[in-house]
Amino acid sequence: MSNAPVDNSRRRFLTIATSVVGGMGAVGAAVPFIASWNPSERAKSAGAPVEVDISKLEPGQLIRVEWRGKPVWVVNRTPKMLETLKTLDSQLKDPSSEEEQQPDFAKNPYRSMRPEIFLAVGICTHLGCSPSFLKGNFGEKVEGVEDGFFCPCHGSKFDLAGRVFQSVPAPINLEIPPYMFVDDTTIIVGIEEGAA
Amino acid sequence: MLKKLATDTIDWIDQRIPMTRVWNMHLAQYPTPKNFNFWYFFGSLAILVLVNQILTGIWLTMNYVPSSEGAFASVEYIMRDVEYGWLLRYLHSTGASAFFVVVYLHMFRGMIYGSYQKPRELLWLFGMFILLVLMAEAFMGYLLPWGQMSFWGAQVIISIFGAIPIIGDDLTLWIRGDYVISGATLNRFFALHVIALPLVLVILVFLHIIALHEVGSNNPDGVEIKRKKGSVKEEDKTKFKIHEYYSDKKDIVDAIPFHPYYTVKDIVGVVGFLFFFCAIVFFAPAMNGFFLEGPNFEAANPLKTPEHIFPVWYFTPFYAILRAIPDKLLGVIAMGAAIVMLALLPWVDRGKVKSVRYRCGMHKWNLGGFVITFFILGWIGATPQTDFKTILSQITTVTYFMFFVLLFVYSKNEVTKPLPERLTK
Amino acid sequence: MKKLIVGLFVLLPMFAMAAGPSVPLMKAGNDLTDNASLQRGAKLFMNYCLGCHQMQYQRYERTFRDIGIPTVIGEEQLIFDGSKVGSHIKNAIDTDDAAKWFGAPPPDLTLISRVKSPDYIYTYLKSFYKDDSRPFGVNNVVFPSVGMPHVLQELQGVPIAITEEVEEHGHTVTKIVGTVSDGSGEMSDDEYDQVARDLTNFFEYVGEPSRLESKALGIKVLGFLFILFILAFLLKKEYWRDVH
Repeated sequence: MSNAPVDNSRRRFLTIATSVVGGMGAVGAAVPFIASWNPSERAKSAGAPVEVDISKLEPGQLIRVEWRGKPVWVVNRTPKMLETLKTLDSQLKDPSSEEEQQPDFAKNPYRSMRPEIFLAVGICTHLGCSPSFLKGNFGEKVEGVEDGFFCPCHGSKFDLAGRVFQSVPAPINLEIPPYMFVDDTTIIVGIEEGAA
Repeated sequence: MLKKLATDTIDWIDQRIPMTRVWNMHLAQYPTPKNFNFWYFFGSLAILVLVNQILTGIWLTMNYVPSSEGAFASVEYIMRDVEYGWLLRYLHSTGASAFFVVVYLHMFRGMIYGSYQKPRELLWLFGMFILLVLMAEAFMGYLLPWGQMSFWGAQVIISIFGAIPIIGDDLTLWIRGDYVISGATLNRFFALHVIALPLVLVILVFLHIIALHEVGSNNPDGVEIKRKKGSVKEEDKTKFKIHEYYSDKKDIVDAIPFHPYYTVKDIVGVVGFLFFFCAIVFFAPAMNGFFLEGPNFEAANPLKTPEHIFPVWYFTPFYAILRAIPDKLLGVIAMGAAIVMLALLPWVDRGKVKSVRYRCGMHKWNLGGFVITFFILGWIGATPQTDFKTILSQITTVTYFMFFVLLFVYSKNEVTKPLPERLTK
Repeated sequence: MKKLIVGLFVLLPMFAMAAGPSVPLMKAGNDLTDNASLQRGAKLFMNYCLGCHQMQYQRYERTFRDIGIPTVIGEEQLIFDGSKVGSHIKNAIDTDDAAKWFGAPPPDLTLISRVKSPDYIYTYLKSFYKDDSRPFGVNNVVFPSVGMPHVLQELQGVPIAITEEVEEHGHTVTKIVGTVSDGSGEMSDDEYDQVARDLTNFFEYVGEPSRLESKALGIKVLGFLFILFILAFLLKKEYWRDVH
């Protein structure tokens, strides 16, 4: 080392100050790289709300629509189906849907805006397969229950409100997407009333 | 406690890979001449730009579509639809030009201080290979946006290979993989641009640095800091701790360890560079048509040539030499020779003194003339041809090569100034 | 060495004189921060240009957001073909048909301000003139033999060329030095200039929608680098006291 006195505190201060400011710069420089992984305008545009016409949806029938690349089910539940829902609480993991899987308007026993019309994202909460709609033959899976959803991948079972049964791999109930009724026969999936 | 854990961890690693030894040998106890000036920033800056190109390049690849149908639209997708896509793209496109700015200045530093001379010939050759690979990388990258200049520029450059006797036409066909530049060409250029050439580039940069650290850096005085063992008095040796690898073989004077002295200095250089770099990225990324050419914002159209075709600025000096010669084959040979001559500098220059500071007046004029020649050629290559410019380009082509001829002649028995015993400030 | 560097700076301006168009361009004088002008430009584009020219890389929604048009109003007033607000600004024209009508398909205009320049667009819009020898009855000073009609003629009126005799290479040639409207349009000359400026402004925005964001961010980045530079410089000086 040379003979010049070394001002240690000044040196330490400047080293730390430069490191901190330089580190902030590095974090700032990382922002565009990280942000570029967010959904692009194209993805957002493709994920825009979709309109569903339910005028031809008969009682007990299910139709699928695509929203953000995912299947969304629309089911017209019969009064009998709705009755069944009330009897299942003891067999379900989360009968009153404490785990947030639905917009506020669907926080009710039917998990829907209108009791008969049920919408859900048709993706199993276990590992992302799409369950099948077993109409009339769900009894093979759960005794005494005629209709429900059954995931072919790992055998998870859901009732017609998308609530998961006990002792299956899926941890929580099916997700209910935001939606709104434009009129009695038209639903928009993807936005809620007042949120637009 | 924490300190013990840290030293234990380092010990554990050191027993398995030579981490501390490499750190000391190549940074903390690596002897560096103490008199580096402004010109010595460009080596570290080149590494900075390389890292920028690799990072932004990887990120661009995430959204770029390498097909003749999708390429142009995907670039606009990046520019408009991807969050901060415009910034990533401009960082990459500006980085390409910055790379050449930095590398040309880095090479010029080598020329004025004789850094290519013995014992640094191989170091210089590795550098020349880096330049060649960089040119190939830049050329192939320029095709990817699939704009008019991408297409027609590639058309012209690939046609250059057609000048080679006998195999020329077959060769151009093989390079394109089609009768015109097409999706096939785009895809192979893409593969080379994003994987093959960067890999080669990184390996060459590694070799360049290994070669540098073996012979040590030159300096503005061109006087070696490593002296014959036993030739230096104890009090003249550097006071700083130098790794035994160097001090066992040689006596070392006027040296300081690279870290921390040149790391803190290079940070100043890096931040200063970033200031100018970002000014361009954020305020003038097209650089008035020099970094991003106007016609390249129009999608490639094989049926319509733009009014004027120019390569990007960093190729224009060599392109001007190509155009200056009215014969196709000779033009290509001259252009190649222009680069080969640079690679041969260690043998063209027969002088014993390295730095321009102590060389003859003729050498200063010769270097100055070379720089002016290079700029004039660059300007001619970037502008439409006129009769005047054709003649000027022929004159400057001659002066370009005259630099080497003159250097070869006068360096043999050059009258030089006395070299200082030790490094000056 | 110093002389050399000075010499280079004398040479540099020569580089700036790279190729330009042969006709002197007028200054557009547009302002990217002027949302009112951009909105008028957008409206003009949708009404007069979109029939033939697309902006196939630019989305309506993004455009509305950037130039300050609420989505609902934009959907109602600026999307004529019922496209979704997230879709690209396109028309339904068939490229082959268009090529038949105009000789070439009308070019996409997303990037026209970058292929040419704002000044070019402004000059182009103001440089149509009546020429009965052309299929659409008009020609353009900066784009000779232009293949499109003067769609803004109802606004500008019929522009008549002003010619001058000039000496060129020893010959006397007739050159068009400007145009003047016959006054049959809906607008005064000043109003039409503003139309050209608004359209130019819109084209410049669409050419590079990130321009304003880039400037705003750039100032912050440069400010940050300036502070970091001072710190790095002091740090370097501090360490180098060991050496000197």
